[in-house]
Amino acid sequence: MTPGAAPETLLYLDGVSVSFDGFKALNNLSLLVERGEIRSVIGPNGAGKTTMMDVITGKTRPDSGTVLFDGDHDLTRLDEAAIANLGIGRKFQKPTVFENLTVFENLELAQKCPRGILRTLAAALPGRQRHEIAETIRMIGLAGRERAVAGALSHGQKQWLEIGMLLIQDQRLLLLDEPVAGMTDRETEATAELVLSLAGARTVVVVEHDMEFVRSLNTRVTVLHEGSVLADGSIDFVQNQPAVIEVYLGR
Amino acid sequence: MRRRTEGLFTPRGWAGFLALGAILIVAVPLLNALPAGAALQLPDYLVPLLGKYACYALLALALDLVWGYAGILSLGHGAFFALGGYAMGMYLMRQIGTRGVYRDPILPDFMVFLNWKYLPWYWYGFDHFAFAVAMVVLVPGVLAFVFGWFAFRSRVTGVYLSIITQALTYALWLAFFRNDMGFGGNNGLTDFKDLLGFDLHAASTRRGLYIASVVALGLGYLACRFITRSKLGRLLLALRDAESRVRFLGYSVDHAKLFTFTVSAVLAGVAGALYVPQVGIINPSEFSPGNSIEIAIWVAVGGRGTLVGAVIGAVVVNFAKTWLTGSMPEAWLFVLGALFILVTLAFPRGILGLWGQLGFKPPRPPAAAVPGEEGAP
Repeated sequence: MTPGAAPETLLYLDGVSVSFDGFKALNNLSLLVERGEIRSVIGPNGAGKTTMMDVITGKTRPDSGTVLFDGDHDLTRLDEAAIANLGIGRKFQKPTVFENLTVFENLELAQKCPRGILRTLAAALPGRQRHEIAETIRMIGLAGRERAVAGALSHGQKQWLEIGMLLIQDQRLLLLDEPVAGMTDRETEATAELVLSLAGARTVVVVEHDMEFVRSLNTRVTVLHEGSVLADGSIDFVQNQPAVIEVYLGR
Repeated sequence: MRRRTEGLFTPRGWAGFLALGAILIVAVPLLNALPAGAALQLPDYLVPLLGKYACYALLALALDLVWGYAGILSLGHGAFFALGGYAMGMYLMRQIGTRGVYRDPILPDFMVFLNWKYLPWYWYGFDHFAFAVAMVVLVPGVLAFVFGWFAFRSRVTGVYLSIITQALTYALWLAFFRNDMGFGGNNGLTDFKDLLGFDLHAASTRRGLYIASVVALGLGYLACRFITRSKLGRLLLALRDAESRVRFLGYSVDHAKLFTFTVSAVLAGVAGALYVPQVGIINPSEFSPGNSIEIAIWVAVGGRGTLVGAVIGAVVVNFAKTWLTGSMPEAWLFVLGALFILVTLAFPRGILGLWGQLGFKPPRPPAAAVPGEEGAP
């Protein structure tokens, strides 16, 4: 156990800085996420939200700082696939599902099972796994569409499919980058219900612009600004902070 | 429940595959063995020509596996084909023995001509057929593995990867031109006499080589079909379309590409090894960058990402080439260029896609990730 990371902490970021050509995307960012928590992260464009996701998932290496997962796994030393196999799943800002595969096939690939190439070549699909896929399809509201090519789904359905892929991957930490972007009001509501139903069993970090959605989640909110934390607390609390109003909500 | 049935083919599919194989393996040699002048007699010169087409089809299949499925457009597959061909050619050279012009029991003619006294070490073992066969598989396989290891680890993709595969075959092209390399320089390896004791000029040997080529094509097709219909096959389609998503799912994209690229290079090497005894020569021109590009054209014409399309494309384009270079030699390159433009602009899914559009058979799930070509529900 590393100092600073209490047992109930799942994700631990301390003093993380990233700069691109002199631009500080993250500036001494520190953030703790507890097990089973649902956390919303908001902030204006360029606040470093996506870069934070990139650092946690191994896409970007920080210039300095500590990033720990589940106690002592140093995420700055692992590549994307290794981090994914530790139990961190990511939904991209732009929904990225495999458009040429069916809904079923998308989930089949995401399903938690050995990731080796030869094991994948020889993989069979036992009934238990089929059942789990069917269960997930129902959960994300795509029942009846399992044979549809993912590219033919609506924007909102693609977002759900991608969340379903994280669920069936059995990830402990889900990073959702703008999960309701481009969704209708009804779809947004359904997504909020889906995310809230995960609390406890999974840890979820939601990055979102849509304040209504963040409000409906009613979770602890972290406000990022210029690569570091500006405010942290309930939505009502942060919305009343003068600094937050200044940089984000007031605009 | 969905498209994927267990096993390689449906029973009907197996029947069709085996029937076609039986026709090619039995009917062609039988027709060729008829007495000359009989109505249906297949002329002797056609047998190695058909065998050559089978080799090209296997080569196209190899490229379709990496290009059509994993999205790796290799423009250097001619190199793997040529290396397999050289490995076979080296065996055939050693079989000549004292029947060469200079009657040296060990050294091939070109080495005597260059005043070489000893056989270079890398020619050792090639007098054994089994060793040569092992090299046919290993040389292209190891080269592809090492090349792929560096390229895929460094995340070289798309057009950059295509360019370095061109550079690979270009470098080998220049290297094999040099007499000092010990592979016969510009002239390559030729004047072969026999293979496993069978006279290469005998009609029966040619029939045997033709049959071996068709069998290799059939087995290669089954191997590719096994890979593409497995979960790995779906993973390849997935990484072709959204590579980083696959990484975040926890799969090693590099390993998946490396596996596929290596298998493909081995198939290309086998095709080259069967090709050389049928055409009677292997020289550096097989490494020419243009050759490798032509393979991609065969696949594109047939319809990539379908396997069957690659086979059809290779046979159709090469048939056209044989016919046109005979009747209008100067027209061939224009036709080839026009074909490529036409296929790219008008029929991005090739002959098979066209077949599907005419309503004969639903094409396999959208194989080509062409913008604006989203799959229908």
